[in-house]
Amino acid sequence: MAAISRDDVAHLAKLARIEMSEAELDHLAKELDVILGAVARVQEVAGADVPPTSHPIPVNNVVREDVVRPSLTQQEALSGAPAQADGRFKVPQILGEE
Amino acid sequence: MALNYDQAVAKYEPTLGLEVHVELNTHSKMFCSCSTEFGAEPNTQTCPVCLGLPGALPVVNGKAIESSILIGLALNCSIAPFSRFARKNYFYPDMPKNFQTSQYDEPICVNGYLDVEIETDEGAKQFRVEIERVHMEEDTGKSLHVGGATGRIHGADYSLLDYNRAGIPLVEIVTKIVGGTGKYAPQVARAYVTELRDILRSLQVSDVKMEQGSMRCDVNLSLAPIGSGALGTRSETKNVNSLRSVERAVVGEVVRQANRLETGERIVQETRHFLEESGQTRPGRSKEQAEDYRYFPEPDLVPVVPNSEWIEVLRATLPEKPSIRRKRLQDEWNVSDKEMASLVNAGLLNVVEATISLGADPARARSWWLGEISRLANEKEVDPISLISASQVAEVIQLIEAGELTDKLARQVVEGVIAGGGTPVQVIAQRGLKVVSDDSALMIAIEAAIAAQPDTADRVRGGNIPAAGALIGAVMKATGGQADAAKVRELLLKHLGKGE
Ligand SMILES: [Zn+2]
Repeated sequence: MAAISRDDVAHLAKLARIEMSEAELDHLAKELDVILGAVARVQEVAGADVPPTSHPIPVNNVVREDVVRPSLTQQEALSGAPAQADGRFKVPQILGEE
Repeated sequence: MALNYDQAVAKYEPTLGLEVHVELNTHSKMFCSCSTEFGAEPNTQTCPVCLGLPGALPVVNGKAIESSILIGLALNCSIAPFSRFARKNYFYPDMPKNFQTSQYDEPICVNGYLDVEIETDEGAKQFRVEIERVHMEEDTGKSLHVGGATGRIHGADYSLLDYNRAGIPLVEIVTKIVGGTGKYAPQVARAYVTELRDILRSLQVSDVKMEQGSMRCDVNLSLAPIGSGALGTRSETKNVNSLRSVERAVVGEVVRQANRLETGERIVQETRHFLEESGQTRPGRSKEQAEDYRYFPEPDLVPVVPNSEWIEVLRATLPEKPSIRRKRLQDEWNVSDKEMASLVNAGLLNVVEATISLGADPARARSWWLGEISRLANEKEVDPISLISASQVAEVIQLIEAGELTDKLARQVVEGVIAGGGTPVQVIAQRGLKVVSDDSALMIAIEAAIAAQPDTADRVRGGNIPAAGALIGAVMKATGGQADAAKVRELLLKHLGKGE
């Protein structure tokens, strides 16, 4: 039983709006299955006494003062944009969404 | 035959759920130090963090956590001893990171309630709205869809993105299922959002302006046949941006869903958009392919673990409950329900209270803020409290009471202060706006008026007191409106032998 199916990959590709060919789906489903299999082995090592962790260092409550610091200029912010207009990022139309 | 609202609720029981998003009023964003100030040039308040550039690391705004805890405490919630942020993954250009940093199964506050009062056929009745959770997240950028006929997204050629708003702290307050309201569902929804707005305002954590989007409401609604005990399929109506619209959206959805059910049609679980003009809703994105946000704990942020001392410090700063405070002030000022409601709705309660506490007469303080100052603010399309301070208004009112300013002069002083002429005293000095109360100066003007209209003066002497109006008018004109009309009248009648 594969950890990830070809349909799962197709679904994820759709969510990420990546167009994939049939061949790519077949290929990626196999590759991802290998990766997930490896991770599953790591998961076996963690016993019930090891809580799931989201951060490598056990530290809590790191916060900032509510102080404004200088932002990027508009020019800097847009410098990496493939397209821009009127000081804004220009992106292709988005289909099928409100 | 289509059902109207009364027929619909005679047959079906509505069940509500309300999700309210509130923009916090912190100076800086949720996870970076960019300004949250409204109205800046596009993309001038962004940085690598809120643009989602690779390698950028977010750090939480401590003030936003405090505000969220305060909101939870005011809503009778438990504050979670351990809380985490999560990534809500979705691919859409309003979030350049391709996820929104939010909270999922470990929100900061859970299990609260808010009691609201509504008018029913049997008099005032209290409803308890239970709160499921209060969680922290961030606002998205603003899209501008260009091209296409309607300006809406369908048919748009491309979209333009401004990320100044992306990353502004948002708090989402989600109710549990609100049932048992029967036909009063619209009123309960409105009363809840109203009370919530007043509480948030009293906490000073947000400017809670629904028209401007700093407070937004989504209304979930389903219907089931009365007595069935079942829960129907719900719709989620977004874009509900005023208190009145909350009420209208519930009515609109009850009628729409009831009529679908009547004709045997299925209710689709979907997002709908509220249409301000008609009070109806139109379908938006269908949720039938089930949302798949693939939430997971945010690895770039550490958990929030509020200790009980901190929570108690915050609890001690909670202000008096708005409903209790309103009742107290209404009694103290002795005003009608209607006037109280206008003060609250105009957001002027705090400033009026401050003006009165600085020594102004309560009736005058209310009428200046609700009247002249609101009128000027409307003209300029700004908030009245941004125009003039409570202490300046109190000063003007005290000058009126001391007889140094007439209402007319006081309006000029207020206008002068608003125009940037300095303090009331400075404006008075610069513009020479002082009541002419020197009797001898007034007498010269009175005698001149009598000399100019001898017949009128004779009529007054003969007992026709109302005729004095023409003479008083002439004196007021001669003194440039700066005399106290009551004083002029008194001196004039005395001079003509008709004084009391
Ligand atoms: Zn930023």
